[in-house]
Amino acid sequence: MKPGKNEIWAAYQKEIADDHYYFARSCIRQNFFPAAENLYLDILRNVLGKDIFDDARQTTCTGIAYHSGLIPLETTMTVIARQFALMNEAGYENFVVSCVTSFGLYVETIETWKHFPETEQETREALKRATGMTFTIPKNLVHASDVIYKYRGEISEKINLRLINKSTGEPLKIVDHIGCHYAKIFPQEGIGGAEYPYVLAGLIDEWGGQQVDYPERRHCCGFGFRQYLLKSNRSYSVTNSKKKFDSMMPYKPDLIIANCPGCTFFLDRWQYVIAEMEGKTYRENGYGIPVLTYEELAGLLLGYDPWDIGLQIHQVAVEPLLDKLGIEYDPDKKYNGLNGEDIGKPEQPLFIRSV
Amino acid sequence: MADLYYQLEKDIRYIEGLKACFNCGICTAICPAAEVSDYDPRMVISVVQQKDEEELEKLLKSDTIWRCGECLSCKTRCPRGNVPGYIIQALRALSIDTGMFTSSVQGRKQLALKRTVGDHILKYGYCVYIDEVDNDMYPEQGPVWDWLRENRESMLARLGTSYKMNKSGTLRNTSQESLDDLKKIFDETGGTKRLNKIEKDSLTKAKELNIDFDEGKDDYFNHLYNE
Repeated sequence: MKPGKNEIWAAYQKEIADDHYYFARSCIRQNFFPAAENLYLDILRNVLGKDIFDDARQTTCTGIAYHSGLIPLETTMTVIARQFALMNEAGYENFVVSCVTSFGLYVETIETWKHFPETEQETREALKRATGMTFTIPKNLVHASDVIYKYRGEISEKINLRLINKSTGEPLKIVDHIGCHYAKIFPQEGIGGAEYPYVLAGLIDEWGGQQVDYPERRHCCGFGFRQYLLKSNRSYSVTNSKKKFDSMMPYKPDLIIANCPGCTFFLDRWQYVIAEMEGKTYRENGYGIPVLTYEELAGLLLGYDPWDIGLQIHQVAVEPLLDKLGIEYDPDKKYNGLNGEDIGKPEQPLFIRSV
Repeated sequence: MADLYYQLEKDIRYIEGLKACFNCGICTAICPAAEVSDYDPRMVISVVQQKDEEELEKLLKSDTIWRCGECLSCKTRCPRGNVPGYIIQALRALSIDTGMFTSSVQGRKQLALKRTVGDHILKYGYCVYIDEVDNDMYPEQGPVWDWLRENRESMLARLGTSYKMNKSGTLRNTSQESLDDLKKIFDETGGTKRLNKIEKDSLTKAKELNIDFDEGKDDYFNHLYNE
């Protein structure tokens, strides 16, 4: 790369602390992909040897309600200030956010305090009055996917297989979807900025896959907060996801990965809905395009059992991906309960295969 | 209502969001909401810039300001540093604070949002919680979610969560102490007042529309959520 280009690219980099993180959970992720956050913590602690603290006192940041027009900014900033105070009390300085909506709001809050210093003072006073707490702003604040990106090389050294189709020897074609609030609000806070986000593409490159560059690559998944949360408004959401699926379909992607909990959910579930509504599936033989979070992909490559990391909770079947990667799995254990007992199976949808 | 602009201009999101728009329309071109509904952020900014109290009042009483999905793609793209999404946030707050949100169909739906994600925060410590998300309200969740909910004691334990437990981990109980902290923060910073205002003005509107209003998922909620 020419020196000039290096200088330009430097503007799209960010500092990611090496170790000792305070972890902030995601409302959506822990419900809809209930094994993902534990997997993330396990990879950091037991694969990468990092210290990351999971605090039972931490709560929602209010983000989903804030962006639905329900919660005053002052309330949200004070709830976030409480999370910072909890981090201080636990003895940490580096804040890792599991949710992209939250990440955007944490950055927004800190930026607001910089640009309107009186709001920081008001927040401090409100938090003190409400809880008696005080806080210092984290030294380093990143999204959870940033840490996986930072250590993608170390993970690469430990993985047992590459993102290669075992039958053909070709790299798997992988769509990366970046949540809007990761870098569209504050491009300097995202790896690669808003124009060239590399936080997930870097994983694909490092682990041997092939990026899919399709026309609607940067389009929103369609969450829209209040637009999804109300059944009467939900067409907004499925329409925007469909626009993306239709755009990526000609490239025949083997997998979609996302760094935002909401996006992962919508890109999975709207494929099921589109199939139910139109009989249309986006891969052959009635299958959809599997959708994984970044740590689910890392977990698979590191050798975790797909059913231990919750891949049976996705509506779109992941088996075609497992077969392409040559990952062995026991289909009979997919829907087993805690002690291996038979607890029945989900109903098979009409048009899209879930197994 | 002569002081609407006075109130709007105190909102830092309005201050931060409106520099000097020259109506190029890039925000509308990039906007996911503009693709699927009668929504044009360029026109919203154009109206706000006019500093016309009557026009602002019309906007606050309209469906328009509730169409935005707050993806904030407009912030990335505006060549003049305006942020229509921030202005929408300020307009929505003012519409609720003045009670004008009940004048529009979309504005009235804030009650359904308040009674779901809003109330969940103070009940569970999260905006979303598995016990509240059923397939009747969220059919797109699909059969896998229905099965997971039916078997959640067993499956969530298999997946290593802390569901219903008083310890750290996924889906843990939020302690009463943490819930109390949230409530005190809401009381202190206007969150409780905002949520109460939505309930109070919605009651008045429900009476006007002759729809039964009580609490939780009552007739008025179902009317707003589903129709």
